[in-house]
Amino acid sequence: MRSTPGSAEVTDATVLAIDGLRVVFDTEQGPVQAVRGVTMDVMAGECLAVVGESGSGKSQLFLACLGLLAGNGRALGSARLQGAELVGGEERGLASLRGAAVGLVSQDPMNALTPHLRIGEQLTEFVLDRGRMTRPEARGRALELLRSVGIADPETRYDQYPHELSGGQRQRVAIAMALMPGPVLLIADEPTTALDVTVQAQVLDVFRGLRGQGLTIVLVTHDLGVVAGLADRVAVMYAGAVVELATADQVFSAPRHPYTAALLEAIPRLDAEPGARLAHIEGQPPGSQERLQGCPFAPRCAFARERCRESEPRLEWRDGRASACHAPLPGGWTP
Amino acid sequence: MTDAAPGIYGGAWRRLRRNRAAIAALVALAVLVVASVVGPAFSRFSIEQVDWSLSPLASPPSLANGHWLGTDGNGRDLFVRVCAGTQVSLLVALLATAVSLVIGVAWGATAGYLGGRVDGWMMRVVDVLYALPYMFFVIILTVVFGRSLSLIFLAIGAVGWLTMARIVRGQALALRRLPFVDAAITLGLPARRIIARHIVPNVVGTVIVYATLTVPQVILFESFLSFLGLGVQEPLTSLGRLVAEGALEMESAPWQLLTPSTVLALILLCLNFLGDGLRDALDPRQR
Repeated sequence: MRSTPGSAEVTDATVLAIDGLRVVFDTEQGPVQAVRGVTMDVMAGECLAVVGESGSGKSQLFLACLGLLAGNGRALGSARLQGAELVGGEERGLASLRGAAVGLVSQDPMNALTPHLRIGEQLTEFVLDRGRMTRPEARGRALELLRSVGIADPETRYDQYPHELSGGQRQRVAIAMALMPGPVLLIADEPTTALDVTVQAQVLDVFRGLRGQGLTIVLVTHDLGVVAGLADRVAVMYAGAVVELATADQVFSAPRHPYTAALLEAIPRLDAEPGARLAHIEGQPPGSQERLQGCPFAPRCAFARERCRESEPRLEWRDGRASACHAPLPGGWTP
Repeated sequence: MTDAAPGIYGGAWRRLRRNRAAIAALVALAVLVVASVVGPAFSRFSIEQVDWSLSPLASPPSLANGHWLGTDGNGRDLFVRVCAGTQVSLLVALLATAVSLVIGVAWGATAGYLGGRVDGWMMRVVDVLYALPYMFFVIILTVVFGRSLSLIFLAIGAVGWLTMARIVRGQALALRRLPFVDAAITLGLPARRIIARHIVPNVVGTVIVYATLTVPQVILFESFLSFLGLGVQEPLTSLGRLVAEGALEMESAPWQLLTPSTVLALILLCLNFLGDGLRDALDPRQR
C-alpha cells in the first residue's frame, strides 16, 4: 500500500519509486533521522530537481538508494528501481543493479576521478571488467560520450590524467563515466556547486542535452537558479521531509508551501535597488537532535498558526501537486 | 602540456631520470651490488680463511699483504667479508621489506576500505600481534623451521607488516569516502577491484617512503638477531654483524668498524634518496 493518498500510481513509467524512505544515523548522542519518511516517484524521461538547504536530507535520500550511506547510516522503507528493491537488499545484488541502471555524478569534480588512472582507463574500466565490450568498442563509446558532454579533442583527453583537466572538464568526464554503462537513471548530487558560474552554465547545458535525449535525471541541488529551465518537476525538502512537490512552472509561479515561497524570495534579483538588503529566511532549520513538534518550518514561517505548532502536516496531493502545509498559500501568490 | 601523458610507469621512469640525486643513488647502489658480487674474485682470500702469516692477526688496511681493507680480529680478510655482508644485508633487507609491503598493504587497504566491523577485527589482529614480543615470535619460528636465511626475512617481514598495515589503513579510510570511490561502487565494481585499482595506487607514495624507512630498520634488526645467534651464522656474515664486531675493537682497530659502517651508511643514504625520487616519480600530479 502506498502511504500517501493520491500519489501517482506505480506504472511502467516509474523509474524510481521511493516509499516511506527513512535514513537514520547512529551517533554517540543517539539516533539522528536525516530523512524522515519520503515518498516520491521519479518518472521515466523526466528531470526531477530535489531542492533544499544543507542538512535537509536531500543528498542522503539518494545516497541511501545507492547504498552509499556512511557506516553508521541505515536506510529504512523502500526504494524500487524499475521494480527491484534497493533498500535492505543484499549488498552484492545491489552492486550489479547499480552498475546496470544508475549513474552518479558527485558534487566534487576535483575528487570525482581516480588521480592515477587516465581518463580512458576510468571510463572503460566498468564495461571491460564486466566483459560487456571489447577494448576498441569501449574506447569508441567513451570517445563518443566525451564528445557528447562537450569535451573538445576527446582523443587527446582520453590519454590524459585527471590533474591535466580543469574542474569543469573533470565534471564532464564524471558525467560521461556515469553514462558509460547506459544507465536508466542519472543522479547528480549538486553537480555544479563547486564550479565557476560560467562553467556551471556549460555543465547545465550538458544535462539539458541529456534530458533532451530522454534520460531520466534526478538533480539534487540547493540552487533554485539551477532548477529553472532544466527541471520538469521540483521536490522541495525541509528537515528531512518533502514539503512541496509540483511541476517547475507551478513551483516558480505559484508556490503553495511558505518555505518554497520564502526560498524563491531569497533568490538575489538583478533588478533590485542598489544597496537593498538581500532577502533571507529568518531563523535556523531545526537541528538534527531536536525533537520535532508540529511543522518543522513553523518557527520560521510567517503564516504559522496554532495548529502548525501542534501537529506536523502530511504531504497531501491536490490538483496533481503535493504540499505539506496546514495553511497552504493560495495559487497565484507571487513573491 | 598538450601531448598525451605517457603510461604511469613509463612516465614515472622519465620523471625519476630527471631527479639527479635519485639517479646518483641508483648508480651508487648498483656499483655497490656489482662490487660486492665481483669483488671477492679479485682477492686471494675467502670469507672463512684465517691468514696465519699475520702477526698480530688483526691487520690494518695494507696493499702489501693483500688485505686491502685490513682483517678482523681473527685474521680474516675484511674486504671479502664486507662484500659478503653487503650481499646478505641487502638481500635480507629487500626481501623482508617486500614481504612486509605485500602483507601490510593488502591487509591495511582491505581493512580501511571495508571499514566497520571487518576493519575492527582486522586491526585487532594487528594489535594482538603488536603486543606479542617479536623476539619470542622469531625464536619460535627458528625453533620450528630451523635456521635459514629465507626464514630470517620471512620472520622480519612478518613482524614489519604491522606498522605498514596501520599506515595504509589510515590512508584507505580517508580515500574510501572520496567521490571517485563512490563512483566506482555505483558502477558496481567488485570490492577487490576497487581496492586494487582505486585505493592501493593512491597510497603508493606513503608506502614507498615508509618502505625506505623500513629497509634500514630491517638491516639493524637482522644484525641484532645475528648477535643473539638467531640470524646469519658464521662464517657467513652481514653488515650489521660486522659493525657490531667492529664496535668492540673500535679503539685498537678502528678500520674494523669504519669499513662496514661506511658501506652501511652509503646503502641507507642511497635508499633514502631513491625512495624520495620514487615517491615523486610515481605520483602523476608531481611534475
